[in-house]
Amino acid sequence: MKMRIFIPRDAAAISVGADEVALAIEQAAEKRDLPIKIIRNGSRGLLWLEPMIEVATVKGRVAYGPVTPADVPSLLDAMASNGSHPLRLGLTDEIPWLKRQTRLTFVRCGIIDPRSVEDYRAHDGYKGLDRALTLTSDAILADVTTSGLRGRGGAGFPTGIKWKTVAQTVADRKFIVCNADEGDSGTFADRMIMEGDPFVVIEGMTIAGITVGATKGYIYIRSEYPHAVEAMNAAIAAAKRAGYLGQRICGSKHDFDLEVRVGAGAYVCGEETSLLESLEGRRGLVRAKPPLPAHKGLFGKPTVINNVLSFAAIPFILAGGAKAYADFGMGRSRGTMPIQLAGNVKFGGLFETAFGITLGELVDDIAGGTFTGRPVRAVQVGGPLGAYFPRALFDTPFDYEAFAARDGLIGHAGIVVFDDTVDMLKQARFAMEFCAIESCGKCTPCRIGSTRGVETIDKIRAGERVEQNLAVIEDLCNTMKFGSLCALGGFTPYPVSSALKHFREDFSPAPKSLQAAE
Amino acid sequence: MSVYEPWDAGRGAEIIAEHSHLEGATLVILHALQEAFGYVPEPAIPMVAEALNLSRAEVHGVFTFYHDFRHKPAGKHVLKLCRAEACQAAGGDALAARAEAKLGIAIGNTTADERVTLEPIYCLGLCATAPSAMLDGRLVGRLDEARIDALVAEAQR
Repeated sequence: MKMRIFIPRDAAAISVGADEVALAIEQAAEKRDLPIKIIRNGSRGLLWLEPMIEVATVKGRVAYGPVTPADVPSLLDAMASNGSHPLRLGLTDEIPWLKRQTRLTFVRCGIIDPRSVEDYRAHDGYKGLDRALTLTSDAILADVTTSGLRGRGGAGFPTGIKWKTVAQTVADRKFIVCNADEGDSGTFADRMIMEGDPFVVIEGMTIAGITVGATKGYIYIRSEYPHAVEAMNAAIAAAKRAGYLGQRICGSKHDFDLEVRVGAGAYVCGEETSLLESLEGRRGLVRAKPPLPAHKGLFGKPTVINNVLSFAAIPFILAGGAKAYADFGMGRSRGTMPIQLAGNVKFGGLFETAFGITLGELVDDIAGGTFTGRPVRAVQVGGPLGAYFPRALFDTPFDYEAFAARDGLIGHAGIVVFDDTVDMLKQARFAMEFCAIESCGKCTPCRIGSTRGVETIDKIRAGERVEQNLAVIEDLCNTMKFGSLCALGGFTPYPVSSALKHFREDFSPAPKSLQAAE
Repeated sequence: MSVYEPWDAGRGAEIIAEHSHLEGATLVILHALQEAFGYVPEPAIPMVAEALNLSRAEVHGVFTFYHDFRHKPAGKHVLKLCRAEACQAAGGDALAARAEAKLGIAIGNTTADERVTLEPIYCLGLCATAPSAMLDGRLVGRLDEARIDALVAEAQR
């Protein structure tokens, strides 16, 4: 029997040599006349162990990592004999970092072959759609509402209400749009699921389509994710061949088709109305709301626009899991969140767990502190528009409302960890600079405010009337927060104000923290 | 490195015609043109406008809004360094400065011999294997001084 070896095709694994390892294994096996079958799976999310290779055994899959091409000969020996090896991690499912997670959305990621509909089906895929096809639109909406699912892109708007609005709006055409413009630094969950389990996104969008009466969907993927684009296109083609997309899907009365569109390097297009403009072939200028996209969205038609992870949560919910999903979490944050641990971390990767875990547990315990071994000084949660939290706020539970109460946000659940060499004035300046680079230019507070912000922070660093200029920054943040049209200008004040509030000592000509570090 | 065709109006018209039936086709067409020619040649703009029944100003506006689209060819190799927060936290700034010094250019420029274009990119989604870069479409994570030096040397070859 052929030995089945799993080597991730995930972009992060590839970036640290997975393709080279795959080639080395293939060549070595051929030389030895060893019958093997290589499956290019997604990543399990233990990214510090990538490239993490698995081999199927009678007891389950056994993992090895991080593997380099030089390890391959000894690795094949160990795999063939099920013997010991310095890189052997044991049964994958027993690895504590993985075992303590609650994987509902990422349940198949890294396990199945992301190019195979059959494999997806064999791992409970399309059970949600099968059931949804037997239900009325109202019954599906009831399930989505029961689950308590809120938009995973960052805004946290209840998905059930959004879908219901589109379902109830009468129009000749409606659209489903998946926001895969995952531009926030520190986030990669959308990329991972698109590369590792693309069918779950397709299934979620298809369920949305039959619920609201839309027959066409678009997945807008950023151009920085070429591997995700390839994986989604391959999966869409496979789903079409298997009758899961196209006319009369699965022999039902419903038609639903999907198309991938690729962004062009504009961060602001992650904002939903800007994304819709971009999909229509225009500059990504933010639209004023109302009208809501649910009423007038893509091409002026009622549109469900959700994040990748929102759609990916749907199949579990519709496969009879609505109540089970809602049973996880805390307060109004129900279910699980695929949290991404990034930056200067020892154990970086994807950790899906129920809401309610504290920031400190995530950073110190699960991420294991910093890779550099220095103390953690600040963490930014929620991307470039998220607040910087100091250790003093590590008791904050991961929950939309708890973060908001402390002037932060969970956003798309990316956590970027910084050690004590970080210069928080520089980080605040970067937030303003990034906003200036990426502003769509439609509204003044964002377009002008961000540039003035950079200039003012430069004055503070130069020691120019520090107290007065700090007051200017605070005032500017207020103007941007309340005067901007969208979250880019409106949330840039979060990293700036939080840096000022929690790390005031860095806002002087020569930051104390840097003097101390020297 | 990628090999591109020289601009040819007939070939341009062909590419445009291939996609002009799509709804909201502007970005799709601009991407296809850049993929073929390495940049979006100026004479293509009025052709796109004509095909999509838009004004030249509208198409020019779209072309200039997005960071990806080039108005002239890049260097033979394009090295993109992630400049976003997760890579900053992992020491990306120092590595970016090192690449700039090795190449003798600031980020956003092309070397005088037109071999290397050095560009910023804001997040490749490799935030747990940071700092990261992309050389001609190939991803490289866990950069350190040795790896960035090797990447720069490869780009200069």
